[in-house]
Amino acid sequence: MAGAVSSLSVQHDKAGLLESRQATREAPWVKAAILTVALSFFAIFLLLPLVVVFVEALAQGWETYLTALVEPDALSAVKLTLLAAVISVPLNLVFGVAAAWAITRFDFRGKPLLITLIDLPFSVSPVVAGLIYVLVFSSHGWFGPWLAEHDIKVIFAVPGIVLATIFVTVPFVARELIPLLQAQGREEEEAAVVLGARGWQVFWYVTLPNVRWALLYGVILSNARAMGEFGAVSVVSGHIRGETNTLPLHVEILYNEYNFAAAFAVASLLALLALVTLAVKSWVEWRASQTVAVED
Amino acid sequence: MSIQVQNIQKAFGSFIALDNLSLDFPAGELVALLGPSGCGKTTLLRVIAGLEQADSGRVLLDGEDASDTHVRERQVGFVFQHYALFRHMTVFDNVAFGLRMKPRGQRPSEAEIKRKVHELLNLVQLDWLADRFPAQLSGGQRQRIALARALAVEPRVLLLDEPFGALDAKVRKELRRWLRRLHDELHITSIFVTHDQEEALEVADRVVLMNHGRVEQIGSPADVYHQPATPFVYGFLGAANRFEGSSSAGGIAVGASTLTGDAQPEHGKVVAFVRPHELDIILQPDASGIPARISRVLTLGALTRVELEGQADVAGQHFDVELHAANPLVAQLAAGQTVRLQPRQVRVFAQPDTAGAA
Repeated sequence: MAGAVSSLSVQHDKAGLLESRQATREAPWVKAAILTVALSFFAIFLLLPLVVVFVEALAQGWETYLTALVEPDALSAVKLTLLAAVISVPLNLVFGVAAAWAITRFDFRGKPLLITLIDLPFSVSPVVAGLIYVLVFSSHGWFGPWLAEHDIKVIFAVPGIVLATIFVTVPFVARELIPLLQAQGREEEEAAVVLGARGWQVFWYVTLPNVRWALLYGVILSNARAMGEFGAVSVVSGHIRGETNTLPLHVEILYNEYNFAAAFAVASLLALLALVTLAVKSWVEWRASQTVAVED
Repeated sequence: MSIQVQNIQKAFGSFIALDNLSLDFPAGELVALLGPSGCGKTTLLRVIAGLEQADSGRVLLDGEDASDTHVRERQVGFVFQHYALFRHMTVFDNVAFGLRMKPRGQRPSEAEIKRKVHELLNLVQLDWLADRFPAQLSGGQRQRIALARALAVEPRVLLLDEPFGALDAKVRKELRRWLRRLHDELHITSIFVTHDQEEALEVADRVVLMNHGRVEQIGSPADVYHQPATPFVYGFLGAANRFEGSSSAGGIAVGASTLTGDAQPEHGKVVAFVRPHELDIILQPDASGIPARISRVLTLGALTRVELEGQADVAGQHFDVELHAANPLVAQLAAGQTVRLQPRQVRVFAQPDTAGAA
């Protein structure tokens, strides 16, 4: 668990150590210069936009803000965003665990290919991902005629949005688990088998508890991406108000209509989601580092 | 319970780990599998446990063929070199694991489990650590917990894979003695793998020496030490000085010198081995014996080790002699001195014609 999850806190400790030693301490002006560069960058590019979102959202008062949020189209966008996340996150959880397990525990042909493919959604532009689904499922696409015959709508409908969301969130869970499972090796699992545990018992009582924090971490990141995805979803959505608009798409529509207050009000929801994600992520990191202290 | 392995063959790719190996382990004994790394000892242990599948051959547990029995039905206890304790569980839960994993029908009640776990923790003298996590224990404590965990399911055999390999020298010695006492109490058939000859000789009832996937010798610690069957065994069981020569009427001719040895073959090339403490240093440079020059004299506690370089016919060879530090001879030795070496005890092996077979 000491890998990705707790790396930040570990480095913090090392920094304290470096500061306390004469030999590795920097001159005060160097420290000040580097701090200024880092902090101003942080303020201008990260903090300022976040503040602007909330300031703009509340610029015309609470009433306008709340109205923008409870308006039917906005509510439907919230529902659709939640639906896409509720379907794609558990699916990716199952897929991520299975893929990580297969890659670290079995030898099979095409393993390097699978490892590479898991990263595809990271490396390809989300718009391309959306286009792929349009090509495959739209009325002119490969399965278009068959889908039309059976009266199934994928593109410009909810299933397309869910598919696109699943695509962009595929790597998160697997990516967190693979290095951890590799580092842990098989000994504990072998010990469990010798002690009489069956396959699922080994997984449930030994493997899973050891990766629980990485798993949660992957789920949080996966969820944040699922709710915030714009590009891929935008291509397959068709932007039908009240039907196929997710929160990010709804923000864009409002903005294009010069309805800035409402646009920022809805955007503030996404910003809040980001803050909550960060808070939960920090908590998981903290818990993980506590567990490492006890278990390692 | 007795264990027999018959004609076990196991290869990893082109590397042959076990080469048509057969062995009997009688019930109740503590047997050491001893050999250099890569000799196949751990693979053999894992084949017996069922963690590794042999390419061919059979494993008999109590006379019954267990080759197709799954690990979890073999009722073996396995102790890993790096403990393999479940790091997210307390010591108590670790030891209780095997009992809790039993099918519902055979699973003891929680009260019974509790009693049993504490009994085992008392056996390994660590009951006071029941609520700790493995990371809070020392290496020696972890290995004792691992042993308690293995014993919890009442295994018919106990298999230990380099159980003390990851521990420091002092703890290792303590645990060795402790394991021997534990075995004398429980009398459970046990096999432990080690590459440390001292450990094998001190702890085991019998020692199996392995090399290149084959058995070199089986015997009691005294047997294998005093009657090594092959040059490999002699060399592996302690420091050895090696002399190459040929068998002649008066003894073994090494260059211009002659050594007298026990039971030597009648003729042909031979290899003679002498332990460092069985090699005498003779100060007269023209006496009979192997000529050598002292390169270093080291005193370590009660023993003095003299390192020598061979001269004349044995030039380039390195010899070690061990003397008691109190030996009056020690004071007369200095680096650069030329002396003669005369063995008191020589072990002679015929040199096979094919090179490298020894």
